[in-house]
Amino acid sequence: MSTDAIAHDDHHDEPAKGLMRWVTTTNHKDIGTLYLLFSLLMFFVGGAMALVIRAELFQPGLQLVDPHFFNQMTTMHALVMIFGAVMPAFVGLANWLIPMMIGAPDMALPRLNNWSFWIMPFAFTLLLATLFMDGGAPASGWTIYPPLSLQTGDAFPFLIFAIHFMGISSVMGSINIIATILNMRAPGMSLMKMPLFVWTWLITAYLLIAVMPVLAGAVTMLLTDKFFATSFFNAAGGGDPVMFQHIFWFFGHPEVYILILPAFGIISQIIPTFSRKPLFGYASMVYATASIAFLSFIVWAHHMFTVGMPLAGELFFMYATSLIAVPTGVKVFNWVATMWKGAITFETPMLFALAFVVLFTIGGFSGLMLAMAPADFQYHDTYFVVAHFHYVLVPGAIFAIMAAVYYWLPKWTGHMIDESLGRKHFWLSVIGVNILFFPQHFLGLAGMPRRIPDYALQFAEFNALSSIGAFIFGLSQLMFLWIVIKTIRGGQQASDQVWEGAKGLEWTLPSPPPYHTFETAPEIK
Amino acid sequence: MSRQLHGRVVSRLALFTVAMFGFGFALVPLYDVICDVTGLNGRTADEPADQETYVIDESRAVTVEFVALENGYADWEFRPAVTRMTVVPGKAYHTTFFARNRKTEAKVAQAVPSVAPGRAARHFNKTECFCFTRQEFQPGEGRDMPLVFVLDPRLPSDVSTVTLSYTFFELQDTPVAVNNGVQKSGGEGV
Repeated sequence: MSTDAIAHDDHHDEPAKGLMRWVTTTNHKDIGTLYLLFSLLMFFVGGAMALVIRAELFQPGLQLVDPHFFNQMTTMHALVMIFGAVMPAFVGLANWLIPMMIGAPDMALPRLNNWSFWIMPFAFTLLLATLFMDGGAPASGWTIYPPLSLQTGDAFPFLIFAIHFMGISSVMGSINIIATILNMRAPGMSLMKMPLFVWTWLITAYLLIAVMPVLAGAVTMLLTDKFFATSFFNAAGGGDPVMFQHIFWFFGHPEVYILILPAFGIISQIIPTFSRKPLFGYASMVYATASIAFLSFIVWAHHMFTVGMPLAGELFFMYATSLIAVPTGVKVFNWVATMWKGAITFETPMLFALAFVVLFTIGGFSGLMLAMAPADFQYHDTYFVVAHFHYVLVPGAIFAIMAAVYYWLPKWTGHMIDESLGRKHFWLSVIGVNILFFPQHFLGLAGMPRRIPDYALQFAEFNALSSIGAFIFGLSQLMFLWIVIKTIRGGQQASDQVWEGAKGLEWTLPSPPPYHTFETAPEIK
Repeated sequence: MSRQLHGRVVSRLALFTVAMFGFGFALVPLYDVICDVTGLNGRTADEPADQETYVIDESRAVTVEFVALENGYADWEFRPAVTRMTVVPGKAYHTTFFARNRKTEAKVAQAVPSVAPGRAARHFNKTECFCFTRQEFQPGEGRDMPLVFVLDPRLPSDVSTVTLSYTFFELQDTPVAVNNGVQKSGGEGV
């Protein structure tokens, strides 16, 4: 019945023509596309900054940029990648997929949805414009610790307002996602029948609402400290700069799970498809995600073991942090158990998903090393930390996003991806990313500090190797861009099912799906 | 119908958002309270301690070290009269810090104390300290500034060295509300 209705709807539901379609759209598929394209653009902007960093670090000594510009690059790279590339990509996937996965006609609040997206280009115009200002872009690291960050030049208020805008956008997007999931599921789809991607996003949305306002508060305090003579973080006035670190990481640690939980959801969709088995331990996956989200609120001070906490504090945060390995271990176990005795095939999305499981776990292990307070005093602020969080974010979050794009792009466009190009992109990426980040573990253990443009001679070989990896990885992403463009423009017609083992409501729709879907709720068996 | 459902979810979540924004600010006084109670972060009192009389334990000797720092590149002369002294917990001691304004204009400065290790902080009682008030200096003026302190005998027995560090902040000439009230907690500035 639903397919008939959709076929019938097809001809009088054409989207508006021209550019205004994209400005005024309230359609979840359009907005999802906008988010994903914005994220892709920011991925290349942030990537270019990363290549400036790695080019400078190719050799010891200062060759290409001056140290202040180098610091601007590290700061802006992080801000652009976190808030501009990874988060909008997940929101874009949520927009495209959540209504189709739960059998809803659209998001709950379509106009708010339009607004959430269109704030982002303004936020990033403010942020990127700082590169051309007096005193340059923010250069105090993305953590904007005072008092250093208060020495930022004209860029400072722009940075703060850009963060406010990003926060508003994320919070509105999250409210929309929660309202959609709670109120618009097709009859018969209980919470425990939802696809795992929907579950992880529900939990992520709650995390976003809980912590983005705290970040907004923290940066507002920085703003008043700089311009309105308050002394929140100013020791001369009785404030305490260390307090900023506590407030920031109270936001910051849940934030890093915001960057990874939707990736867990994606991987939990893809592995069962290509293993041709249902996900092992569905309920435990849900509970593990919820536990990780809960624990994220009580571990923040492991980012600041060296500020001089009492022993009891160090121990508490060390044990609480180690505890996170348990639910995360459950997840990794479940993914492996899903593949166990499955009829596995290795299409591009599955390759990225497999690389995710292996490489994310490496990042998890180095995280566990950093969680040990006595050991952390050695690793703190070294390249070991850089290696750790890039392993969880690049072959973690970014690989999951790429896996998702390869997996759902045929559904969105109606064209199969060029499988042989996709596999070439995968192998270049996975080799490049390991050459890029693996040597950074050794650099960190040997004592190379992070955020420096120059370094001692004994670090030269590993840095050169890492930079070569960076250029392999960075340039191979042009291939990703090409594959996406090629798939949008044409290719072998995709069936509705697309992947033999795929399960879920989105695969019952035609490829590409009509502009409006599930106007009549589907039946859930 | 769905409009009503959405309304309820959205208004609850919006309220939650506002509450979390407030929570961020609530962390400021909360942090101060926790630091005051536990001496976390080497925070020590910025007002005179009560004149308590202690049982003096002559058998115990604790080394107190004094450190003087200037904030940024303020270019003041600032140093302790003695860099270390051996004290007996429970007895009051007097020492001075010397500061000189090298600039050609009058300046106001404020010293902010910090004690290491952190768990010694709340046992370091200052009965008189130049850090309690703003210090005004004429151009080129230098002077000794007094400090009277007592170590509480309840100082944990494994602490044998306590470091008292002062950072000297040059204040803006405008009479910013630095001296009164705001001094204790940044939160009151809002």
